[in-house]
Amino acid sequence: MSEMRYEAPKTLAAAVALLAAASGGARILAGGTDLLIQLRTGRIEPSLLVDIKGIPEMTSIVADSSGFRLGAAVTLMQLTEHQALAQEWPGVIDGIKFIGSIQVKGRATLGGNLCNASPAADSVPALIAAGAVASIIGPAGRRETPVAEIATGPGRTTLTPGEIVTALLLPRQARHSGDAYLRFTPRTEMDIAVVGAAVHLTLDERGICSQARVALGAVASRALLVPEAAAAVIGTRVDGPALACLAEAARAASQPIDDKRGTREFRLRIVGVMAQRAAEIALDRARRNS
Amino acid sequence: MAKHHVSATVNGDGVEFLCATDQTLLEVLRDELHLNGTKEGCGTGDCGACSVMLDGRLVCSCLVLGVEAEGRRIETIEGMAVGQELHVLQRKFLEHAALQCGICTPGILIAARALLARNPDPTEAEVRYWLAGNLCRCTGYHKIVEAVQDAAREMRGA
Repeated sequence: MSEMRYEAPKTLAAAVALLAAASGGARILAGGTDLLIQLRTGRIEPSLLVDIKGIPEMTSIVADSSGFRLGAAVTLMQLTEHQALAQEWPGVIDGIKFIGSIQVKGRATLGGNLCNASPAADSVPALIAAGAVASIIGPAGRRETPVAEIATGPGRTTLTPGEIVTALLLPRQARHSGDAYLRFTPRTEMDIAVVGAAVHLTLDERGICSQARVALGAVASRALLVPEAAAAVIGTRVDGPALACLAEAARAASQPIDDKRGTREFRLRIVGVMAQRAAEIALDRARRNS
Repeated sequence: MAKHHVSATVNGDGVEFLCATDQTLLEVLRDELHLNGTKEGCGTGDCGACSVMLDGRLVCSCLVLGVEAEGRRIETIEGMAVGQELHVLQRKFLEHAALQCGICTPGILIAARALLARNPDPTEAEVRYWLAGNLCRCTGYHKIVEAVQDAAREMRGA
């Protein structure tokens, strides 16, 4: 018989106190789409579930002049319905839309997708390419960390015991900038990325790429930020030769495994293709964003 | 250990139940409230047979804890027909023979109603993408898609 307790605190302070007092035996319950499966299969046996969906700061979206503050427990369906977010960060929304079914998106959250730390998490490469920052609260107070520095490997993060990701912070999309995320899957829906690639880039007034970020999913033990791939297009018109260099840099940075969804060899081949195609979409969006 | 006392609204009626922390909303609906229309397929959020509406959102009830239902509004297949009068979608599923074994049907009807509430005139592709989280091993989906689009036509008065 389960001895598991359930608490639904109304404030972040109460949530942090509950997690700290449980000394590692607690799990945070947001959308539950990963957690409930782990509970059901017996992979985890926490003594306490802390449901953070009653905390207003975690379930709200704030858009102001500095950017978007996406509560870590906002459902993915709510995010897809936010028009300003979809207009400025279509690549982030593309990543979110790939996750699960409508039913799963009705519950699943960005904080959960990030902290579950699957290397194939679809929202994470796009957030990394966007330069998103995770806002974190814990026993030692608040801190902010780039999304790229949260996951360290499958199911593992740099979060310390008692810490909660409260929000993902996205800047306003700059002029002449665009982002994109693509993934390879055998099926169009209800599948897990074999390879994912996200690109964000900014053009100057002459159409030369002045800033870029490239992030890859499912080709290493965590999503990778690949500065070498970005460097391949910065200072160029993001033309054919530059894109070929970006693709090659993406391949060089990847350390994929063989598994049932794809071989290492296949992933190495496809990651360059996906990175190049994502860059082409991001370029098109940047040119339209004047 | 003590069970949770939960108050919620199911199909417009106030209900109260007791549940353990690890009991899912699906288990509560079927085992505590005896609303057996909602089916269990996979139990892992892949098949959609347990689809219900939770505060107006389409969710898999196998991925919701019963205790999370406190103060929430739940809609299940039992609330779809009004008395003896079937919902248009239910009638169209019968007319088009859009079901065989019927295990997936309650979830698909709930999901399809949620689609038509957002999009009264979905294309075939839009129906197929929206219902991607509802697996049917009998029909091959074609008749389901036809029934949903036919119901949409009637509901639009077209």
